[in-house]
Amino acid sequence: MMSIIKASKLVHEYQKLGEDGRVESSYRAVDGVDLEVEPGQFIAILGHNGSGKSTLAKHLNAILLPSEGSVHVDGKDTRDAEKLWEIRKTAGMVFQNPDNQIIGTVVDEDVAFGPENMGVPTDKIKKRVEEGLKTVGMWKYRSHSPNKLSGGQKQRVAIAGVVAMHPKCIVFDEPTAMLDPIGRKEVIEAAKRLNREEGVTVILITHYMEEVVEADRVIVMDQGKVLMQGTPREVFSEVELLKEHRLDVPQVTMLAYELRKSGMDIPKGILTMEELADALVQEKKAP
Amino acid sequence: MIRDITIGQYYPADSVIHRLDPRTKLVGTLVFIISLFMFRSFAAYGVSVLFLAGVIRASKVPFKFLIRGMKSIMVLLLITVAFNLFMIPGETLVQVWKLKITDEGLYTAIYMAVRLSFLIIGSSIMTLTTTPNQLTDGLEKGLRPLNKVNVPVHEVAMMMSIALRFIPILLEETDKIMKAQTARGADFDEGGLIQKAKGMVPLLVPLFVSAFRRANDLAMAMEARGYHGGEGRTKMRPLHYEKRDRNAYLILVLYLVLMYAAKKLIGV
Repeated sequence: MMSIIKASKLVHEYQKLGEDGRVESSYRAVDGVDLEVEPGQFIAILGHNGSGKSTLAKHLNAILLPSEGSVHVDGKDTRDAEKLWEIRKTAGMVFQNPDNQIIGTVVDEDVAFGPENMGVPTDKIKKRVEEGLKTVGMWKYRSHSPNKLSGGQKQRVAIAGVVAMHPKCIVFDEPTAMLDPIGRKEVIEAAKRLNREEGVTVILITHYMEEVVEADRVIVMDQGKVLMQGTPREVFSEVELLKEHRLDVPQVTMLAYELRKSGMDIPKGILTMEELADALVQEKKAP
Repeated sequence: MIRDITIGQYYPADSVIHRLDPRTKLVGTLVFIISLFMFRSFAAYGVSVLFLAGVIRASKVPFKFLIRGMKSIMVLLLITVAFNLFMIPGETLVQVWKLKITDEGLYTAIYMAVRLSFLIIGSSIMTLTTTPNQLTDGLEKGLRPLNKVNVPVHEVAMMMSIALRFIPILLEETDKIMKAQTARGADFDEGGLIQKAKGMVPLLVPLFVSAFRRANDLAMAMEARGYHGGEGRTKMRPLHYEKRDRNAYLILVLYLVLMYAAKKLIGV
């Protein structure tokens, strides 16, 4: 099967120019990253501020172009200017700030913005808008002004706007960073449902560990490089390594880790409350 | 709530005027304003009164809404009337101390008052029955011929609608920054004019920075959603003229003919 996103030896360099226009200093925000995503997967990219995760995300629909290496989206090279709009149609993107990505003054007009740009015929736009808004559960707000919605609702409208473009893959660039816990849950639920029910490939960039527990694969980035990757269980088994790089693990995992350290017989990489409860019961039963 | 303010003062209702194509309303308002300046005659203004009354009736906008719009220009109206009344030379009708009212002055003052108030009422009807979005849509489509002479009509319309969307957001942000700066001891209310102007600096600088950041984010979001100018763009709700728009144009022509006739035949 062809991978939907393939980055090889991707480097992105930010350059600081002096007053004479010469390069004064440069630093590599993304430094030799290899990434391959199969269609239908749910991938999470973790990392704290400055780890290069957002820069990586912006390469996935050609907002940024690689300094070195290459990115292919659905087999198309992102540096190919002629394929630009096709690439953006394939890989949609949801950004951090809900206010700064809503263009329309009415909810349904905003959702229609993407299809309108693509030149979709009028009657089909209406259908796509309805689909998009229903997928994220915002259909009844279609004639509201986005200014009167909550953060989570606005972010769901933004997701609907991307869904209406029928992308194969959606990149979420810290979609929950500015939301309250309720809004955060709404948005993550919407992303999961898209992945599960519509088969959309989801790439979720975040620094909330709790959000990545159900991902197919977790990629941890640090200083522009991939620090480690694997299933959530594999990644969260390495509590020491994560802590060394100032990254958190989910609270339950942390608790299990501490219990294990103090001598209890609990397996590594516990991710949910239920798992920990089971492990504790097992531990009690054992002699 | 600061977020609830709307630009213009759209009055939601279901009327023929509301349903008219925004282009029809724009052209109609323009023609109406021009007609007020072209036919300077009381008989013709009589036709205007009837026309306005008919449109107000059809628009279902309560009269007090229109009057409210008038209040804001009352001062301007009074100054105009006063100047015309006392400054225009002619045969003196009344003289009080040094001020004299001439016949010519009286006529001009009345004309000015009528003209200005009709102008305001006429254009308020348009803004009361058309949402800002419809207006920009109407402008975009109506001015499309200008594209041929390299006027970026689509871009201007897009900027207008984005500005409309961000006004409430920036207002709220101003409010937030103001509170934050007040908490740090900034004073926006006291002092003279210069002091007050200086006091605005800690408000405006962060506001500008944030506006630029927002613009940057928005541009990126628009590009990510495939925006590449007006070319090859479709619309979810394209504007097209209906039968009622043709009727509206016919009424407009009839109105002009009546005005012309009134001026010629009665001639006052």
